[in-house]
Amino acid sequence: MYIPHTKKDKEEMLKTIGASSFQDLVKQVPSKFLNPRFALPAESLDEAQAAARLDRLAKNNCRPLSFLGAGAYERYTPAVVKAITSRTEFLTAYTPYQPEASQGTLQAIYEFQSTVCALYGMDCANASMYDGASSFAEAVRAAVRVTGRKKIVYAAGVNPQYMDTLKTYFAHSPDYAYVKVPLKDGAMDKPALPALLEGAACLAVQTPNFLGVIEDMDGVADLAKKAGALLVAAADPVSLGILAAPGEYGADFAVGEGQSLGLPLAYGGPYLGLFSCRKEHVRQMPGRICGMTKDKDGRRGFVLTLQAREQHIRRDKAASNICSNEALCALSATVYSALYGPEGLKELAEANAGAAAFAAERLSAVKGCSLKFKSPFFNEFVLAVPGSAAALREKVLAAKGIDIGLPLTPLYPELGETLLVCATETKTEADILKLEAAVKEAI
Amino acid sequence: MTCSAKLDNRLSIEKSDAGRRGLFCKNPLRARAKVPANLRRKAAPRLPELAEFDVVRHYTRLSRMNFSVDTHFYPLGSCTMKYNPRFNEEAAALEGFAALHPLAHDSCSQGTLELIHDLGARLTELCGLDAITLQPAAGAHSEFTGLLLAKAYFEDKGQKERTEIIVPDSAHGTNPATASMMGFNTVNIASKPDGRLDVEELKKRLGPKTAVLMLTVPNTLGIFESNIEAIAKAVHDAGALLYMDGANLNALIGMVKPGDLGVDMMHLNFHKTFSTPHGGGGPGAGAIVCRRHLAPFLPVPTVRKEGGRYVSDFGDKRTIGKVKAFFGNTGVLVKAYAYMLAHSARELGEIAECAILNANYVAAKLKDLYPSYSKEYCMHECVLTPGPDLAAKGIKTLDVAKGLLDRGFHAPTVYFPLIVHEAIMIEPTETESKETLDEFVAAMRDIHAEGSANPQALKDAPVTQPVKRLDEVQAARQPNLRW
Repeated sequence: MYIPHTKKDKEEMLKTIGASSFQDLVKQVPSKFLNPRFALPAESLDEAQAAARLDRLAKNNCRPLSFLGAGAYERYTPAVVKAITSRTEFLTAYTPYQPEASQGTLQAIYEFQSTVCALYGMDCANASMYDGASSFAEAVRAAVRVTGRKKIVYAAGVNPQYMDTLKTYFAHSPDYAYVKVPLKDGAMDKPALPALLEGAACLAVQTPNFLGVIEDMDGVADLAKKAGALLVAAADPVSLGILAAPGEYGADFAVGEGQSLGLPLAYGGPYLGLFSCRKEHVRQMPGRICGMTKDKDGRRGFVLTLQAREQHIRRDKAASNICSNEALCALSATVYSALYGPEGLKELAEANAGAAAFAAERLSAVKGCSLKFKSPFFNEFVLAVPGSAAALREKVLAAKGIDIGLPLTPLYPELGETLLVCATETKTEADILKLEAAVKEAI
Repeated sequence: MTCSAKLDNRLSIEKSDAGRRGLFCKNPLRARAKVPANLRRKAAPRLPELAEFDVVRHYTRLSRMNFSVDTHFYPLGSCTMKYNPRFNEEAAALEGFAALHPLAHDSCSQGTLELIHDLGARLTELCGLDAITLQPAAGAHSEFTGLLLAKAYFEDKGQKERTEIIVPDSAHGTNPATASMMGFNTVNIASKPDGRLDVEELKKRLGPKTAVLMLTVPNTLGIFESNIEAIAKAVHDAGALLYMDGANLNALIGMVKPGDLGVDMMHLNFHKTFSTPHGGGGPGAGAIVCRRHLAPFLPVPTVRKEGGRYVSDFGDKRTIGKVKAFFGNTGVLVKAYAYMLAHSARELGEIAECAILNANYVAAKLKDLYPSYSKEYCMHECVLTPGPDLAAKGIKTLDVAKGLLDRGFHAPTVYFPLIVHEAIMIEPTETESKETLDEFVAAMRDIHAEGSANPQALKDAPVTQPVKRLDEVQAARQPNLRW
């Protein structure tokens, strides 16, 4: 319990208020609703007891050597990132609606927006969304608003969870048509695009895609433009240390999952939705945006701006209902990017691509296993395995404490028995050799 | 706030020097990368090049240009800025929780699944309802989830004509924004002079097209909807659902079960009632707690206990699907769970009691200078106005807010609810002591004195912050959103 009131405080306060008892204060609540029986613990835990309880639960999660990716990536979180985000001046601040007393948070948001723009090669970015999936869904919604069209063309390599979230955002309305661009060797079948894009609001692509394949975006934006459609691109921010930026290949909206920038996996959240776009769409951005301005004395300062798009002003006419976002995660990603800088991010991206290339080389040499695609990939790849992929995963997990990757059969049955195997910069050559040996033994 | 904080307002990029390095990645596997040249970026991203110490000093300096709950009292109405226990942070950072991949095999995630299951069970009981999802990322995201449930529920019943959401004019902006985002039409109802929902007007507006009434309890004026039984009955008689916006649950926690009031579903804000930090705007976490008839439509996965093991449950075909990738903001849920462990049933009730006591104490101590909108006792927050003396001097609520910053207090929520002219909405929360409230009251009285004697001084406030009042018009007219 975190309440400072003594019995004497309460009595004095009631006296000041002029009430004879607390019951006086809540007369507006019909008495039959007051103080029901709660089937909750009659005793709370003290801090040491609570710590023991939580420690036991945390230890009940096991920590295998994991090659899981599929939209959430194991990263090293630098000590400085933890130190800065645990400064309680950031941690316990509210949304910066009083700008003079929130310049720290506001400048950090401005730097975050700038970081996202730099990575994605876009003109403007917002102060964050909930996660990659909700950023993706909001970008497609924006494309629908801009074009007034309701046909959504998407590459088969878009993360299936992103598509599920998008469909939920459109509440499964029959008004929207979803057209899938088929896979060709794990990538988008580009020759199929012109016919599919006719009358489309947007083409939504992810690269590297869910299957790890790097899409060749050359000429794609032109095809979309010819059809009057916008290009929505989702990309992993660490991959952008080396891969072509969405701005370079002509995306209108570019989004991504910012967890990759050093945030803990934490069983799915809090993560960080990155959202950016070209200048002409700035007023279509959902959520908070920070801008630079001047104070009365002409000094540089920062404020939340373009608020006429937002729910607390526009109510039912707002671009989105979003209010709370992921500000502290945005700070974390900004500090991470500043620590590594352009060179460090390039090294991280190369290490991811190298680790995955090595893992692919070793695993595809195991008897009965092979790479499903020949297309270039970033930090994960699809491995075809003999027999049930799910059974193989469970067997190696139980025997060796290694999670070899995500069985894809439920999501992509057309690919047969396959695993999505990921290796980030946290993996060493020795880890990958262990993986190879374990898989070999299990097959 | 220090002098150096005032003097240096350079951006990180302005401190950058080509070739300077902070962290490295030296993993030798880098050499094995074989990404073809045509897929690579042409220009390196324009990010700062800084030494590690530059980064530490830069962001430490920024942190000192901020108000926060740990440094300042935040009487923000409807935001419930209570103390964020340090212990919660330590719990969430435990490696076992923090390092768990969201697609981990259930055999690897038993601890987190048990936590989610136990937290869900406790919160369901706290609300007096039947089922819960912890997937939403925030309050507005919960509202969105709730209205999706309503939509699926009515479609399942073959009542697709229910396209209207009724919202009182005192509601949070997220209510109508969520309704229209989902393709519903918003029907606004004017509040009665005492701030409560007009039940007769509600009855007129309810009909076969009504899907949901979204109601904040207590409402944003800090007043309990005393007619809640009649409201719930009217809504249910019309075949519609009653949604409770739980932003103000701090007034009821451990004292009233929302389920007893007749609500069909409600949302929780963990970053309000359950003490998880706001982080300068997020991350939050939300929940939808509902009655049995809405449970089949909840997002998946949920967690089920099966023979001593915890398993992810993917429900049946009627689920609304996913509102977010993976499970939810689990890292925030660990903090909320730590908070629940620290409270018995009785202690939860004491939260509501002290929150209500604090709000009434502030209102009573200021009533001669800043009249309350309501003539009654309030619940956990009070809505005041600058009063006739200050109004006569041309002092606006904004000036009072800025004057508080100079006196070491964060401003209350201002100009909300919209139905109160020049509203000053104060929610002290239960974790503030009588001494802090006395200091706050003294500051408000001092502002009144200054505003009466020297109104221009108040109009120039703040003068103690790193910047003075900022030009928001220029910011919007010529947006400068990045380096």
